[in-house]
Amino acid sequence: MARTVLTWWIPLLILQSFLLAIAFGSNEVEEEFSESLLLKPLPDRKVLAHFHFENRAPPSNSHGRHHHLFPKAISQLVQKFRVKEMELSFTQGRWNHEHWGGSDTLSSMNAKPVGVELWAVFDVPRSEVDTSWKNLTHALSGLFCASINFLESSTSYAAPTWGFGRSSDKLRYGSLPREAVCTENLTPWLKLLPCRDKDGISALMNRPSVYRGFYHSQRLHLSMIDSGMLLEQSLTVVLQPDTVYDGKDLQPSWSLSSLFGRKVVGKCVLAKSSNVYLQMEGLAHPEAHTLLKNEEFELSIKPDRTLRETSSVLFIFDIDKSSDSEPFDLSLTWKLPSKWSCQQAPLHASRFLMGSGNERGAIAILLKATESQDKLSGKDITNGGRCRIKANVFQIFPWYVKVYYHTLQIFVDQQQNTSSEVLKKINVSPSADKMSSGMMEMMLELPCEVKSVAISIEYDKGFLHIDEYPPDANQGFDIPSALISFPDHHASLDFKEELSTLPLLSKFKDKSLVRSYTEVLLVPLTTPDFSMPYNVITITCTVFALYFGSLLNALRRRIGEEERFLKSKGKKTGGLKQLLSRFTAKIRGRPVESPSSEPTAAAQSSVLSSKLLFKIILVAGVAAAWQYFSTDK
Amino acid sequence: MSTEHREKEEEEVKTDGGSPKIKPRPIVQLGIFLISHSPVFSVVFSAAGVMALLLLPLLAKNTYISENALMPGSARSMLSHRDVSDGSKLVNDIQNFRLNHEGQGVEVQRLIGKYMSEMGAEVYYQKFQPDGNHFHPLHFFSGPASYTDLGNVSCASYGVNVAGIIRAPRGDGKESIVLVTPYDFINGGDYEALSFGIASSLFSLLARVTWLSKDIIWLVADSRYGDYRPVSAWLSEYHTPSFEVSDLSKCDDELNISDSFRRAGTVAAALVVKVDGRSERFEDTLSIYAEASNGQMPNLDLINVVNYLAVHRQGFYVKVEKVVSLLSSSWLKTVGEILEAVGKVARTLNPDWKFGIPAADYLEGSATLASSLYSQALGIPTGPHGAFRDYQVDAITLKVSPRFPPGNKGRQHEFFLRGAQLLEGTIRSVNNLLEKFHQSFFLYLLTSPGKFISVGVYMIAFALLVAPLPMVAASLYIDGCNTLTNATDNSAENLKSWKWLRAAKQVFALHLLGFIVTLLPYFISQLPGEQSPTNRSIVWATTSSSLLLVTFVTIPGCSPFSSRPHGANWTVLKSVTISAAFIGLCLMSIINFATAEIGALLLVPMCLMVRPIKPDLRSGRVKSLLCALCSMVLVTIGFPVMFFAISKGLLGEGLVGLSLGGEFWTWLESLWAWKSATYLYIGMVHLPCWLLCLCILFHPS
Repeated sequence: MARTVLTWWIPLLILQSFLLAIAFGSNEVEEEFSESLLLKPLPDRKVLAHFHFENRAPPSNSHGRHHHLFPKAISQLVQKFRVKEMELSFTQGRWNHEHWGGSDTLSSMNAKPVGVELWAVFDVPRSEVDTSWKNLTHALSGLFCASINFLESSTSYAAPTWGFGRSSDKLRYGSLPREAVCTENLTPWLKLLPCRDKDGISALMNRPSVYRGFYHSQRLHLSMIDSGMLLEQSLTVVLQPDTVYDGKDLQPSWSLSSLFGRKVVGKCVLAKSSNVYLQMEGLAHPEAHTLLKNEEFELSIKPDRTLRETSSVLFIFDIDKSSDSEPFDLSLTWKLPSKWSCQQAPLHASRFLMGSGNERGAIAILLKATESQDKLSGKDITNGGRCRIKANVFQIFPWYVKVYYHTLQIFVDQQQNTSSEVLKKINVSPSADKMSSGMMEMMLELPCEVKSVAISIEYDKGFLHIDEYPPDANQGFDIPSALISFPDHHASLDFKEELSTLPLLSKFKDKSLVRSYTEVLLVPLTTPDFSMPYNVITITCTVFALYFGSLLNALRRRIGEEERFLKSKGKKTGGLKQLLSRFTAKIRGRPVESPSSEPTAAAQSSVLSSKLLFKIILVAGVAAAWQYFSTDK
Repeated sequence: MSTEHREKEEEEVKTDGGSPKIKPRPIVQLGIFLISHSPVFSVVFSAAGVMALLLLPLLAKNTYISENALMPGSARSMLSHRDVSDGSKLVNDIQNFRLNHEGQGVEVQRLIGKYMSEMGAEVYYQKFQPDGNHFHPLHFFSGPASYTDLGNVSCASYGVNVAGIIRAPRGDGKESIVLVTPYDFINGGDYEALSFGIASSLFSLLARVTWLSKDIIWLVADSRYGDYRPVSAWLSEYHTPSFEVSDLSKCDDELNISDSFRRAGTVAAALVVKVDGRSERFEDTLSIYAEASNGQMPNLDLINVVNYLAVHRQGFYVKVEKVVSLLSSSWLKTVGEILEAVGKVARTLNPDWKFGIPAADYLEGSATLASSLYSQALGIPTGPHGAFRDYQVDAITLKVSPRFPPGNKGRQHEFFLRGAQLLEGTIRSVNNLLEKFHQSFFLYLLTSPGKFISVGVYMIAFALLVAPLPMVAASLYIDGCNTLTNATDNSAENLKSWKWLRAAKQVFALHLLGFIVTLLPYFISQLPGEQSPTNRSIVWATTSSSLLLVTFVTIPGCSPFSSRPHGANWTVLKSVTISAAFIGLCLMSIINFATAEIGALLLVPMCLMVRPIKPDLRSGRVKSLLCALCSMVLVTIGFPVMFFAISKGLLGEGLVGLSLGGEFWTWLESLWAWKSATYLYIGMVHLPCWLLCLCILFHPS
């Protein structure tokens, strides 16, 4: 009995001491964790779900080396590699800029290139940046079960100066377009959360439904701020609600349980705030939608707050009230057909390869004006009333794509433009074979009424050494996405209310750069036939054998000696030899010219030959019989 | 020539001073042996070459799917009846529209575009110009990017392509698969419209499936200017767009389509679907066309997948093109029967020797092989898929013939279902592919949809045919040298190694002439005014023959008609001719194997047999008369125009006189319009060799 009491007490004591520690800690700046989920119906009958987790830790010396909520693995990364800012994203699928938006905060932050993208700013002397980067890639590779360590090689990363949107000479950027993203990358990412996926909003992350989506991007952003470390983890998925087609053009209705197959049964107890937001765009009567029910749609749960922005309405739900018996299962039911379009970036970018053949080609970037450009163009009237759009283009070329930078051509509205007119600034770092990748940063300044801009640059395809080919080399080689950013355009949601208590919304309120990534390109390079080495080895060996054989023969043989030897032995000739000489003589139609050979020898040789013939016939017969019986069975 | 050789050997023996002679190296010995007996060997090798060609249908192997990732037919079809009824609805709409509306508008294209975008695809329209045949003599091996300078553009005549793109939901957009349905929007028939039913059913399925990893492009090609041109125009816009203002976009009309061209990554494979005519058989028939320009073939795996799915899953009757006239030829039938008998005998000896095939199969196989060889040799693509090969994309054309009349709605549904299931299976297989097609063969000949001959086998026939040429050249050279040394005094002996120089000059002059004759049509086509093909061919023939005369007059050694036996001994001339022919054939076999094979069949006997007829006629012996007759016949057949006429005659079209010239001109025009290397071969290898043979034939020796 006493023992059971004791076993009850010990954990309680530990818990008490833990609570005390928290209580004392609360005098200083606390570690904070908050979770939120943003849901947003998209115009093309899909639903976007954006999970956002924010973890703040005070400067590390306040707690020594220990943290309560902040993941220790990340803080160790920061300490060891002196990371100032870092972002890692795993993405599958393409962001649809036309239908899912291109200029709002959500898309410019979360529309990432396919595969893995990593950039980091370090707080070390410039000479040590590369070493830190290499170590960081290895550490992250282990942490996230991904092949991020391939970014270690100097041929796969670059050091952008200003084209990336962050001016720093301690910035490194790299991406792996071919990295497949799967649940093995999500699990370590979830481990960084205090409640993992056991409780709170992250409990919604049912793997099959998350990976069934059309777009899936998992992001980790780490930054050092004045009040310590800030770790933002976000997961953006675009899902297609299952609906039966009813003949009307209604948007599909959905609920959390139908989207994810799970419900929220309560907040993560460690979270400071735990909210679900629903953002509705393009509503016909924004004023009327403060009500729970209206003629356009119906919500199953009454929102706690409603915020109004210029083009959208935001409903805020607090999931504190939900419990096991009464789970939080928000659902949206449409009643009227509704159509709207998302805000677009000023220019829509697409990139493609030109040319054919295995020798050379060209990369072209096509920027096309979108409809929303007219609205936005009013914002940035600069330099003397002339409206200009600024666009930064940042591209990395692997070394085997040997770009000729002098072939850069810019066409504005289908007319070739002398570069200085629109090209304000350009920074090029050419690639070195097998040493480093090439990089190009361009700043374009375009008139606002521009309809289309085409940038083309030619390249030669390089040859790789046979052991440099990756597995499945015949697929072709990837050129990572280019980044197009618009430095004069900033995306932000314009709320009137003060929102510092809601981390996701305060983040949305901040201005962020409008940026979009282009497609990854696939360059078919010449690939050897990989079974060829064996053939080559065989042929080379044969050639070598022939060469050395004849060389040795020529060196070793002494023709004079041989002649003498032949003369001395001339009288004796073998039976087979004679037979051959007879045969050739008969073919040539000449009498046999070997008078020296005695008749006895000839008789002997004929006997020999008949014996030989007999032997050959015997062996052939045995072989034929063997063949016949062995196959007959 | 063996006599001279013997003399030489005897000399050698004498120098040895009676001692047993030292044997030269075995390889040298073998060479001398071959050269000294070259007449025997050349007959044996040539006969073996022709035999090997006839044996090819016997040696054909069954096709197999080489790339494991393809996994054809392993997934269940997801095509539903709703998809098919979507397709049927589109076909009905188009047919109704065509009935009610006449004219040239783009309404049908719009209708198709509307259907595509309802299915969730990104749709765009592309205008293109019909392409005039511009002959650029030196653009034969240049890339496909030579459509840019079309010169004046008329807004009155242009075609409009419609294309829809389905983005793979979870794909990365690096690769795409293209589906092409050519349709003549002005006078396309009811059968042709059925291809929309198949493609649209498939497209509506692909718009909702989740397994796609490559984007799908459906291109509806406006084939009012032929099947090939719209596809090649689309491909050239896809791969080599011009960013300058195009002249076509200036034409204002109801379709405002400037700047809307969309792309979807590197094209992995393309399928062209056509429906035409009613099937003659009880089943629906599927014909596969694969030959692209200059005898290039798509990867065999693509054909295998389609063939496998069509035969084993959908029950189509699959065929490839064959030369129908060969099916009724009696000599081929005899050869087939003989081979069958040999096969039977072999099987009685050993049941494992299964090389005999029934005579009917042999006949079918060789008719298909002949067609395969012919279309590869011609170098003209057999369908719109040829345009893709210029961009290293594997593509084939599938021509489906239904067994019902076009009005039969009930059968139509089932036909769409099966056609779309076949395409679905194929696209799914290609979609599975991680790498591009590389596992299977690129160099092969088909003898049936399920049987092929790989390069390693069909090369034997050509190698055997060509093998006697160097042997005969060497032996002739030795002969010629010896006779020359005998004829002249010994002071010339130190110049022995330069004997061939005069002959080479002559050969070079005639090859140069061949080159000029090859380029002539370019200048003739530049002549002002509308000329008929016959007139043009007459101009060409007269200029060429006058050039030939000029050559004969200016270069003394060339003329076969000069009274004085001047210049090279004919044996040396023949030796150099044969060497030139050998080099030409070997080079051509690398560029287009089938052309080299057919060329070797014509050139080799001619080059080997030809000898001056004067001494033969003078001697009056039966043997020499026969020889002279043989060489004359061979030289007559060897003339390209003559061969063209004979092959036309075999196909049952009689051509005589001037119309022949016109036909020949048109044929050549088609060759250079398609940038066929066969044209270069005829002009620069075959014609000079024929002229040289003519020179030898009339040599005054």
